[in-house]
Amino acid sequence: MTRKQRRLIMIGGSFAVLAVAAGLVLNAMQDSIVFFSTPTMAMEKPAPVGKRFRLGGMVEQGSLVRGDNLAVSFKVSDGGATLPVTYKGILPDLFREGQGVVAEGALDSAGVFKADTVLAKHDENYMPKEVADALKKQGRWQEGFGGKPVATQGAAR
Amino acid sequence: MIAEAGHYALVLALALALIQSTVPILGARWRDPALMNVARSTALAQLLFVGLSFAALTTLYITSDFSVANVVENSHSAKPLLYKITGVWGNHEGSMLLWVSILALFGGLVAAFGNNLPLSLRANVLAVQGWIASAFYLFILMTSNPFLRLANPPLEGRDLNPVLQDIGLAIHPPMLYLGYVGFSISFSFAVAALMEGRIDAAWARWVRPWTLVAWVFLTLGIAMGSYWAYYELGWGGWWFWDPVENASLMPWLAGTALLHSAVVMEKRNALKVWTILLAILTFSLSLLGTFLVRSGVLTSVHAFATDPTRGVFILMILCFFIGGSLTLYMWRASALKQGGLFAPISREGALVLNNLFLTTACATVFIGTLYPLALEVITGDKISVGAPFFNLTFGPLFVPLLLAVPFGPLLAWKRGDLAGVAQRLMAAGIAALLATGMVWAWTTGGAALAPLAIGLAVFVIGGAITDIVERISLFRSPFATAMRRACGLPRSTWGTAFAHAGVGVALIGIVCETTWNSEYIGTLKPNDVAKLAGYELKLDDVTQLQGQNFREMLAKFAINRGGEKIGELTPSKRNFTARQSSTTEAALLSRGFSQLYISLGETAADGGIAVRMYHKPMVLLIWFGPILMAFGGVLSLSDRRLRVGAPKPAKVPRALQAAE
Repeated sequence: MTRKQRRLIMIGGSFAVLAVAAGLVLNAMQDSIVFFSTPTMAMEKPAPVGKRFRLGGMVEQGSLVRGDNLAVSFKVSDGGATLPVTYKGILPDLFREGQGVVAEGALDSAGVFKADTVLAKHDENYMPKEVADALKKQGRWQEGFGGKPVATQGAAR
Repeated sequence: MIAEAGHYALVLALALALIQSTVPILGARWRDPALMNVARSTALAQLLFVGLSFAALTTLYITSDFSVANVVENSHSAKPLLYKITGVWGNHEGSMLLWVSILALFGGLVAAFGNNLPLSLRANVLAVQGWIASAFYLFILMTSNPFLRLANPPLEGRDLNPVLQDIGLAIHPPMLYLGYVGFSISFSFAVAALMEGRIDAAWARWVRPWTLVAWVFLTLGIAMGSYWAYYELGWGGWWFWDPVENASLMPWLAGTALLHSAVVMEKRNALKVWTILLAILTFSLSLLGTFLVRSGVLTSVHAFATDPTRGVFILMILCFFIGGSLTLYMWRASALKQGGLFAPISREGALVLNNLFLTTACATVFIGTLYPLALEVITGDKISVGAPFFNLTFGPLFVPLLLAVPFGPLLAWKRGDLAGVAQRLMAAGIAALLATGMVWAWTTGGAALAPLAIGLAVFVIGGAITDIVERISLFRSPFATAMRRACGLPRSTWGTAFAHAGVGVALIGIVCETTWNSEYIGTLKPNDVAKLAGYELKLDDVTQLQGQNFREMLAKFAINRGGEKIGELTPSKRNFTARQSSTTEAALLSRGFSQLYISLGETAADGGIAVRMYHKPMVLLIWFGPILMAFGGVLSLSDRRLRVGAPKPAKVPRALQAAE
């Protein structure tokens, strides 16, 4: 084998692997990326039933209802629109009414957001960054909502 | 007084770093040994002053000096001593001080133990270290000074984030930083080589131990972080493909590739240009990790505070070092002599394949981590890229890599015999097929991929064993001879075998945990019994306790299996008064490599308590694997050939290299 042939094999092999990787990435981008949305955005452009997305906003005061067997329902609002959310499982330590939350899941046919993951803020100052940005963009930001995000995500699965 | 002294020491360290980054380079240019030797003394003095600065901050924390803003924000007088000390780096400013301290430590080590380096190379390497150090000292002094005083000191501090009040904080960040920052040495060596325009096999031999040290610490740091998240966050996950985790995984992948390509360069004087590039990329990814975590573009446990000026400053450092080194690379790399020719089927070929897959896998992680940030900047759309993305990209790329791992060490340099190696791997292959079949038969109807993945893991472990067995020709020569050969094997060979086996071990843990994990989520009242994976977990009672700086609700569970009591678990929920926040302390019971895991949720009005329980089969192997890998790295590091240092390549006695 000449030097040239060897080099060709090397370069060809590298490109083959890179091509496979690029294919994998593009394929995964199609299926497994989750968009972030607020209740207002979800009302204006409703996602198809079963399409996963992340919903962010504030848990509406007085909307939390605990059912049997760890089933909970609450409403997420961004000041403009409100979306009902159901979830089954243990809520994060600092899930509170009137405070920021991000839930991941999909809408069901009744227009209720079925969450399988709930992320909440972790101290009294912190609000998930996406929620804060979305509220700021819609001009509904109030001082005192935000602060230092000194915390982790708390998720419940 | 102590705060001012610490601040002043840091300023002095900056001054020393500035001298270290200029004078030795001029010395190397003018061939003036006196000027070149300045590097050594400034590096050691810099270490001394950063050390003093770090000691000053630690003292302020231990004595709870609440006139210092940083201490007020992150400490509390009632906090246990251990967390007072670890709290030093449990915040942005302190962790940056730890970063530069470790940088100075590595610089000092090169200065102290680099006596066998050519004088000009050592001067240049330390000068590049000086640049990095100067940039980060400036960053700390200008944007994140930990020694700022408060005009009106409060009586009590605000306490450390409760999630961080754990022994994990004592181990994880220092380990991780030793890894991140350790790669700065290979970076400095690469840049110094480009500046000198000269690079040879001896260079690779000097770089390899430093890379290995950094890699060992990074491996342990990542594993420790993963275990910490597993037991502290309370929902039993150990890897979330969170951007911050990816930020540590990327340098690990690139660093692993660098370790392997440096071997090719050392033994065969080939892949020089590529090795240099990898050294630059690895540290660049470490810097990127620092940027992602410290700039506040992400929200996570690790992002302590958001301040735009800090982000911009780190971004500038990032651009300067990555852009500068890559420009230098483009300009000078062509001047480096190409060398070493080899067939595609050879040890070198296998190592190239390893590099190809590792860097590609690293690239997919890079895309998955940065794409959401880029998209948000460009279109304003917010997306999250989670586990499914990485499972679909990272996973498939690792399968061929792991299939190839056992072949690598068995192939000969220059021209390998694939059929011969395949024959020698027959036993490992059969073991893998048997394992696949057994697991498949045992879990009929379960996931189809899991048994295959277990088979792959067994193949990797079997391959590592085969390598040793072949080298000492066990079974083919008398046992005593084989044992003598085993003792005579170079430690780096043992290191390779352990590290490769560690990969297989970790894979078994990962597959078992993700496939056969069983969970129970429900509300329990005292004397209720939950059944999980053949265990009976009975909630005995719930008690309240007062800790040093928290109140605690403790639930006591009796664990029974087949009517026999095997243990007790006491998960708890802690309420920290100073921050009005609570943490969930999970309780773990290990049975072999498997674990039972209980964490508590909220209490209902009727006295029931929400409980999350998991049975995680073989979960401990996930962290035992990296420990094996790190152990392999340490063995390799203790290899005589690395310890005696690198003689000049032209005069090296060939006998020293014959062992491979």
